[in-house]
Amino acid sequence: MSQATATETTSEGVIESVSGPVVTAVDLDARMNDVVYVGEEGLMGEVIEIEGNLTTIQVYEETSDVAPGEPVANTGEPLSVDLGPGMMDSIYDGVQRPLDVLEEQMGAFLDRGVDAPGIDLEKTWEFNPEVEEGDEVSAGDVVGIVPETESIDHKVLVPPDYEGGEVTSVESGNFNVDETVVELDNGEEIQMRQQWPVREPRPTVEKETPTTPLVSGQRVLDGLFPIAKGGTAAIPGPFGSGKTVTQHQLAKWADADIVVYVGCGERGNEMTEVIEDFPELEDPKTGKPLMSRTCLIANTSNMPVAARESCVYTGITIAEYYRDMGYDVALMADSTSRWAEAMREISSRLEEMPGEEGYPAYLAARLSEFYERAGKFQNINGSEGSISVIGAVSPPGGDFSEPVTQNTLRIVKCFWALDADLAERRHFPSINWNESYSLYKEQLDPWWRENVHEEFPEVRQWAVDVLDEEAELQEIVQLVGKDALPEDQQLTLEVARYIREGWLQQNAFHDVDTYCEPEKTYLMLTAIQHFSEEAFDALEAGVPVEEIIDVDAVPQLNRMNTQEDFEAYISELKDDLSDQLREKY
Amino acid sequence: MQKEYKTITEISGPLVFAEIDEPVGYDEIVEIETPSGETRRGQVLETTSEYVAIQVFEGTSGIDRNSSVRFLGETLQMPLTEELLGRVLSGSGEPIDGGPEIEPDEERPIVGAAINPTAREYPEEFIQTGVSAVDGMNTLVRGQKLPIFSGSGLPHNDLALQIARQATVPEEEDGGDDEGSEFAVIFGAMGITAEEANEFMDDFERTGALERSVVFMNLADDPAVERTVTPRLALTTAEYLAFDKGYHVLVILTDMTNYCEALREIGAAREEVPGRRGYPGYMYTDLATLYERAGRIEGREGSVTQIPILTMPGDDDTHPIPDLTGYITEGQIYIDRDLNSQGIEPPVNVLPSLSRLMDDGIGEGLTREDHADVSDQLYAAYAEGEDLRDLVNIVGREALSERDNKYLDFADAFETEFVQQGYDTNRDIDETLDLGWELLSELPKEELNRIDEELIEEYYVETEAAQTAD
Ligand SMILES: Nc1ncnc2c1ncn2[C@@H]1O[C@H](COP(=O)(O)OP(=O)(O)OP(=O)(O)O)[C@@H](O)[C@H]1O
Ligand SMILES: [Mg+2]
Repeated sequence: MSQATATETTSEGVIESVSGPVVTAVDLDARMNDVVYVGEEGLMGEVIEIEGNLTTIQVYEETSDVAPGEPVANTGEPLSVDLGPGMMDSIYDGVQRPLDVLEEQMGAFLDRGVDAPGIDLEKTWEFNPEVEEGDEVSAGDVVGIVPETESIDHKVLVPPDYEGGEVTSVESGNFNVDETVVELDNGEEIQMRQQWPVREPRPTVEKETPTTPLVSGQRVLDGLFPIAKGGTAAIPGPFGSGKTVTQHQLAKWADADIVVYVGCGERGNEMTEVIEDFPELEDPKTGKPLMSRTCLIANTSNMPVAARESCVYTGITIAEYYRDMGYDVALMADSTSRWAEAMREISSRLEEMPGEEGYPAYLAARLSEFYERAGKFQNINGSEGSISVIGAVSPPGGDFSEPVTQNTLRIVKCFWALDADLAERRHFPSINWNESYSLYKEQLDPWWRENVHEEFPEVRQWAVDVLDEEAELQEIVQLVGKDALPEDQQLTLEVARYIREGWLQQNAFHDVDTYCEPEKTYLMLTAIQHFSEEAFDALEAGVPVEEIIDVDAVPQLNRMNTQEDFEAYISELKDDLSDQLREKY
Repeated sequence: MQKEYKTITEISGPLVFAEIDEPVGYDEIVEIETPSGETRRGQVLETTSEYVAIQVFEGTSGIDRNSSVRFLGETLQMPLTEELLGRVLSGSGEPIDGGPEIEPDEERPIVGAAINPTAREYPEEFIQTGVSAVDGMNTLVRGQKLPIFSGSGLPHNDLALQIARQATVPEEEDGGDDEGSEFAVIFGAMGITAEEANEFMDDFERTGALERSVVFMNLADDPAVERTVTPRLALTTAEYLAFDKGYHVLVILTDMTNYCEALREIGAAREEVPGRRGYPGYMYTDLATLYERAGRIEGREGSVTQIPILTMPGDDDTHPIPDLTGYITEGQIYIDRDLNSQGIEPPVNVLPSLSRLMDDGIGEGLTREDHADVSDQLYAAYAEGEDLRDLVNIVGREALSERDNKYLDFADAFETEFVQQGYDTNRDIDETLDLGWELLSELPKEELNRIDEELIEEYYVETEAAQTAD
C-alpha cells in the first residue's frame, strides 16, 4: 500500500471511542476518505464520516486493546493503490499489502500494525523507452515498456492527472520504480510507479459497445449465455452450488490478457488453491503459466471486515490500470455479497438509517458504481481496452429476492443462475438453463459466425428449443410418467437428456473436459443434433424409441466431452449413428 | 493497571455499562465483584473516553450498581501446555475435573490471528472415517472444516463419536503406534444437556480417547454468554497443539446453534440493528473467525480439522445458522429425519451433503483410481431414484419402465446397504468402493455414463440381473 511510504502526517487527533472496526477521534483535521494511522501501533484506517469535531474511521486491522486517548495521525491522502510493474503474479490483501511480504515479516499468522508497499520499491526493472527527447506526450501516453512477466509487457503511462508536454530527458536501462525515467519540459517527472485513489475511476474517453466474446471454455457459458469482453455478469447461488468453481474456471481459461481475482470475504483455502494451481497451469492461448497474467486479492472471511469493503475497489483500480495499457482485463469478485455485508456492518456501527434487510440505503448506488467501471473503453491514449466483471452473489437461504441479488440483476447483463437441485444431482456447472440469460447474445453472434461456424447461432437455437420443450414435457411426466407420452415426445426427452448430460455438463476437474474450445462446443452440439435428426427419421420409419436409444453409438454422445482428438471422434460418431440407426429400418 | 471503579450506570441483559476516567482498551478483560463477594468475568465490547460497555460471560444476575469493576489491562488469554491433554475444563477454561491447576508454558489471546493464505497448505490428505457415506461420497481431509447439519433429537453425536473413534490416515496404519499418538481431539461443548455431555464423556473414557483429548464444557444450564468464548478457547488450544506441537487435531464443536443464540442475545441487549431473523448482521464474519481456524500451514507438522455440529431450527437449512455456516465451511453432512425413522444408521442424506475438498483428496495414490467416478455415478443414480419415488406415489410401479424400476431398486439398496452400516462398523475405503460397485452393477452398463469405460471393464460386476436386461 502506498501509504507505507507516506511518513509525513498532516494532522493529529485523539481516539474518543472504539467499537470493533469503527473508531472515532476528536481534534483530527481530515477530509473524507483520508488514510489515517490509529493508536500507538499505527493501525491503518480510512475516514468515513465527519461530524463537527468528531471523525469516524474504519480500521483495516483488528482493534483489540486499542484505547481512547491514543493518537490518530492523518496522512492527508485518500486510500490509494500503487500501480507499476510487479503486480502480476502477486497476492495482496484488501488494501494492497503483499501477503507474501507480510508472511516474511510476521510468519504464518497475520499480525497487525505491519505495512508494506504494494510494489517492491527496491527491485529494478528493465525500462525500454518508447519516446525520444523532443516528443510531445500527454496524459495516458505510453512512454516506455517493461517486460513484467513472461506474458505481460507492462506499459509505463503518463499519469492521467499530468498535464503532459515535451520530453526533455529519457532514460533507458534498469531502474527501480521510484527513479525518474522520463522528464517533461513543464517539470513533470515520470516514474514506473504511480498512485491512484481506489474509489475514483481512472479517466477514459468513452465506452463502446462490446462485440467480442470473453471465451471461457465452458460450454454452457460460451454456448448459451456468453459474456462479452467488457461485459458484466452475476453468478448468484446458494452455498455449494458452484460459484467459486465457475469463477476459478473463468480465471483459468477465459481468453483475457489479464486476470484480477478478488477473493472477497471467502475461504482461505480457496485462495491457497489458486496460489498452488495457477503457476502450474498453462494459458491455452499463449502456453505461458497462468500466474504470470494474474493478480490475486485475498481478503478472506476472517480478515478485517473494513479491508473487505475496500478490496473490490483495490481490484478494479488495478484492472483499470492494465486496461489503460490496452489490455482486455477480466475481474472476478467472489463474493460481492460479502462486500455488501461489510458495508452493512460498518453502516450499522455508524448507526445509519438501515434500508432493506439492514443494508445501507446506498447499497444499490455502490453496486452500480462498481459495475459501471466495467466496459469496453476507448482510453485517453487512444488505445482500446476492456474490463469484464464477473461477480458471485451469495443470497441468504439461496433466495434470489434479497437486496444484493436484486440490485445486482438490475445492472449486469449476464445472469448465470446456479441451482441447488442441479448441484445435488452433481449436474455441474449447475447453471440453470431456464432461468439464466445473456443480453450479449445477439451482438456477439457475428463473431461466432465468423470465427467458429456460420451456423452456430442456429444450432444453439435448436438446443434451446429442445430444452424448452423438455421443460414443458417434464411437467406432464411428473403427473403421468414418461411411458404415457407419445413416442415422438419420448424421443424429444431423450435428445434433451443428451444435451444436458453430454453437452451442458462439464467436469471442471477432468484434465480434458475442464476447457472446451469453441469449435468443440459447436461440434459436440452438432453431433447431438445429428442424432436427433437420424433418430426422428428412424421413428418415422417405425422403429420404437426403446430400440433407437439402445443403439451402441448413442451413449457415446456422453463421452465426447473427454476426447482430446474430438474432431475425429465426433465425425466417426456421426457416421456410426447414421449407420446403426438406418440399419434398423 | 488495575483501577477499580464503582461506577456501574446500567445493567441490561448480559451487558453492564460503567463510567470510567482512564482509558480502557477494546476487548479488554474485566472482573466484576458483586456485593456478596462473587467475581464475574467479562469483556469490553465498546470503549469511549467516558464509559465502557461490558459483556459479562457468567451472566449479570446478582450484579448491582454497587458492584466493583476492575480492568485487567489485557485481552482474554488461554493458558497453553501439552499437559492439557486428558483434562476437562469449564466453558471458560477453568479445570472442573478435580485435577491440578494448569501450569501453562505460555498464554495466547483467544481471538486468533488469521492464517495468511500464502502460508496455508492446501488440505489433501484423506482421513478414513470408516463411514461409507462420508468416505465414499463426502470425503474428509486433514485440515478441513466439515460440519454436521442435524436436527433436534437426531443421532448426530453418534456419528461424530464414530468419526472421532475410527478416523485414521491409511498410510499410517502400518506406521506403528507412535504415529497414532499424534492424534488429538478437542471437544468444545456449548449449551448441550448433561445427558449429551455424558454420552461423549462415557465414550471418551470407554475408548481411552480422553487421555488424548481436551474437553471444554459449557452445559445447558451454564451461562449463555460464556458460549461465545468456549469455541475460541478450544480453537486456541487446537492451534497450539497442531502448529506448535505437531498434533493432528480433530475439533468437535457442539452445538453451534447455541453459540449463535448467545450472539443474538448480546446483539439484542446492545440494541443493534438485527440482520436476518434477529441474528446479528456480523454473524457471518463472527462464525468465519471460528471456522477459518481449521487448516494446515506450510512447513508445520500438525493440522486442525473441524467437525462443528449444529441443529437446524425446524430442520430448515435456509435458517441463518446453517446457511451462514454452509457459506463458510468446506461442505456439510446432512443428518436426515426420514432416514433416521427408517432406522438407517447413520442417517446421512448424501444428496445435499458435500465435501468440497474431496476432489483433491481422492484418486489414484490417495484412495483409489475409481473413487471420483464411482461417487459421481452413485450420486447421479441415487438422485434419479429419489426423483422417481415421487412419481411412483402417483402412478405406481407398474406404470414405470424397466429402467425406472431399476433406479428405484437402486435407491433403496443404496440406503439400506451403502449408507446403513451401524455405529460400530468400520469399513475401509476399498470395502466402501466395492460396495458401491456392487450396487452400480445392478444397473445396465450403458447407464454408467459418469464412469470411465476402462474402469467399468475392471470393476463392473456382471450379475444375472444386468444380463437379462440386455
Ligand atoms: N464445474 C464443476 N465441475 C465439477 N464439480 C463442480 C463444478 N462446480 C462445482 N462443483 C462441485 O461443487 C462444489 C461446490 O462448489 P463451489 O465451492 O464453487 O460452491 P460455491 O457456490 O462457491 O459455494 P459457497 O457460496 O459456499 O462458496 C465443489 O467443491 C465441487 O465439488
Ligand atoms: Mg464459493
